[in-house]
Amino acid sequence: MSDHEYTPKSKVGKWFNDRLPLLTLANHLTDYPTPKNLNYWWTFGGILTFCLITQIITGIVLGMHYVAHADLAFQSVEHIMRDVNYGWLIRYVHANGASMFFLAVYIHIFRSLYYGSYKSPREVIWIIGMLIYFLMMATAFMGYVLPWGQMSFWGATVITNLFSAIPLVGESITNWLWGGYSVDNPTLTRFFSLHYLFPFLILGLVVLHIWALHVPGNNNPIGIDIKKPSKDTVPFHPYIVIKDAFALLIFLLIFAFFVFFSPNILGHADNYIEANPLVTPAHIVPEWYLLPFYAILRSVPDKLLGVIAMFAAIFVLVILPWLDTSKVRSTVFRPIYKQFYWFLVADVLILGYVGAMPAEGLYLLIARVATAYYFAHFLIILPFLGMKEKTTPLPLSITEPVLGGSADMAMARNNSDFKEKL
Amino acid sequence: MKIFLKLTFLFVIISSLILSRANAAGEQQELLKVDWSFKSFFGKFDRASLQRGYQVYTEVCASCHSLKHLSYRNLAEKGGPEFTELEAKAIASNFEVTDGPNSDGEMFERPAKLSDKFVMPYANVQEAIAANGGAYPPDMSVLVKARKGGANYIYSVLMGYDEPPAGMELDDGVYYNKYMYGNKIKMSSPLDDDIVEYADGTKATVDQMAKDVTTFLQWTAEPHLETRHKLGFRVIIYLSVLTVLVYFSMKKIWSRIETKV
Repeated sequence: MSDHEYTPKSKVGKWFNDRLPLLTLANHLTDYPTPKNLNYWWTFGGILTFCLITQIITGIVLGMHYVAHADLAFQSVEHIMRDVNYGWLIRYVHANGASMFFLAVYIHIFRSLYYGSYKSPREVIWIIGMLIYFLMMATAFMGYVLPWGQMSFWGATVITNLFSAIPLVGESITNWLWGGYSVDNPTLTRFFSLHYLFPFLILGLVVLHIWALHVPGNNNPIGIDIKKPSKDTVPFHPYIVIKDAFALLIFLLIFAFFVFFSPNILGHADNYIEANPLVTPAHIVPEWYLLPFYAILRSVPDKLLGVIAMFAAIFVLVILPWLDTSKVRSTVFRPIYKQFYWFLVADVLILGYVGAMPAEGLYLLIARVATAYYFAHFLIILPFLGMKEKTTPLPLSITEPVLGGSADMAMARNNSDFKEKL
Repeated sequence: MKIFLKLTFLFVIISSLILSRANAAGEQQELLKVDWSFKSFFGKFDRASLQRGYQVYTEVCASCHSLKHLSYRNLAEKGGPEFTELEAKAIASNFEVTDGPNSDGEMFERPAKLSDKFVMPYANVQEAIAANGGAYPPDMSVLVKARKGGANYIYSVLMGYDEPPAGMELDDGVYYNKYMYGNKIKMSSPLDDDIVEYADGTKATVDQMAKDVTTFLQWTAEPHLETRHKLGFRVIIYLSVLTVLVYFSMKKIWSRIETKV
C-alpha cells in the first residue's frame, strides 16, 4: 500500500471522502505500487476479471429470454439463437466465454505454481482463489445443464449421482439435489437459480482476492520481497493498466476467433439433441475444463473412493502453501522443482486427455498412473524437495537482478530488506 | 515476444487436446469431404443451392422429419434461401395449421402464414415412432450441429447407402450405411436420381440433392451464419488495429522507465 496520506484537492471531494473514502480507494488502486518486472503471465488477473464481468452481463441478458423448464428450455435456447436480436452472439460469447474463462484461470493457477505466489504471506489470496475456482466449476457445470440437451441431462445425472456414493445419507442427498427421484424439471429450475447466484458469490470473492492481494502486494517473477514503493515498483496506472489492456486484446482476438468462426468446437454435438431420459449417449463426457478431475474420478475402481479422490485433488491445492516446504518462491531459483513443475503440467494435460477417452484398457492404466503421480507431486515430492533442494542464489532486488560471483543464498538472506519479510 | 510463442504453444496443445476428444467416440469410417461454400472466414451460402435444398427437404424429407424451430418467415429472411416475401407466403399457404379458439370457442383450420412455425409431419413423437418402424426421425432444425462431423456427416450418410458386406445380417426395415454409427440405419435411402424436378433446371442427381439439402440444413441449424462471419471479420480487424495502437502506447509509456515490457 502506498504510504502517503491522500487528500482530495476539491472541497466537495474532501467532504465526500471524509464520509466515504471512495476517492482514497481509487487513489490507492491507481497508485498501487506493482513490481516492474511482472511478465505477461501476470496479466491474467485482469483478463479473468474481464471474463467474469462478460459472463455476468451476457448471462443476465440470456436470463431475460431463457425459460427454465424441462419442456421449454431447449426451445427457448433455439429462440435465443434465431429470433432474439444478436441472441446468437450473446449465447456464443457466454458459452465460449466459459471456456476462455477456464483457459485463463488455468494459466493463472499455473503461473502461481511456477512463481510460488501461494507461499507466505499470500496463503489467503491463494485459498480464496481456490474457492473461486471451485465455485467456477460448480457454476460452469450447472450452466451446461441449462440448455437441456443430451449432454446437459446425462452430465447432470452422472455428476449428481456421485453424491449417492456417500454412505448412509447418499441417496437422500441425491434426491434432495434433484428435487425428486431423477434429474427432471425441479433439478433444472434449481440449477438455473444457483447458476444465476454463484457468479455474484464469485464476484464477492474476487473483491476479497484483490483486497488480500493488496495487503502484501504482488509477487514477482524472481519471487523476492521488495520495498514498496521503490525503484523496483511502478504505479499500477498507467504502467500495468496499459500492459493488461494489451494482453487482454490478444486474449480477445483468440476469444473472437472461437465465437465467430468456431463457436461449437468446444462443445459437444450431442448437446444439440434435446434431453431424452430414455436414450443414453454413447459417451458421456464433461466439458474439457473438468476432464482432469473426471479422469481422477474414473481411475479409482470404487465409487466412493473415486469421489473422495476427485475432491482430494482440489483439496491438496488448497493446502498447497503448507505442503511446499521451500522458502524460495520462484522456480527460477529452484532447478529441480522446475523439472517437477513441468512434469506436473504434463501430468495434468495427460489426465485431461484420458478423461476424454473411454475408461478402459490402456487409457485406464494411464489415468491411474497419472492420478497417482498427481497426488505424489503434492504430497511427497513438494514437502521433500523443499527440504533437500539446493537453490541458486537469489538477487537482492529487482534492479540488481543477479549477485556477484561469490554471493550465495546466505548473503541474500543477510540482506536486511530480504530478512525483514522472510 | 518469446511469451507469445509460449502462449501459442500452450494454445495449440490445449486445442489439440480438445479436438482429440472429438475423435474419441467412435472408430468410424472417414467422412466424405465437400468444399462447402459456407466454410472458411468469408463463407456464405449458395443461395440457389439453399432454395433447391428447401425443395428437396419439403418434397422428400418433410414427410417424416420436422423442422420445428423454423417459421415460414425465415425462408424470406436475409442470409437464408431468400425467397421473396410473396414466394414465402405462397409456400406457407400450401400448409394447413390449426388455429383458435375462435369467438365460438372452436378450433379451426386455416392456411399457414409467414409467422407460423413449420408444420410438423406427425402430431407427436409417439406417432412418428409408430409410423417409422420404431425409429424416431429426428427433428432437422439443428441436426447439422447435433452430429459430429456436421455437414460432411449428413452428406456422407445420404451418400453412404450400399450393399451390406458379406456376412452382415440385416433385419427387415434396417438398411446398411457406411457412415452411420453402427452402420445400421432405419431410413431407407431417401434420394434417387430425378426424385425431384429442380425449378432452375439443375440436374437432380443424388449427389446434387445431397449437397443441396445439406446446405439447407446447415442454414436451418445456423440461420445467422453469414452475419456471424461478416461481423466476425470486422471484430477481428477492429481488435487487431486496437491491439497495435495499444502496443505502441504501452511501449511509449514504459519507455519512461528502464524496464523492458
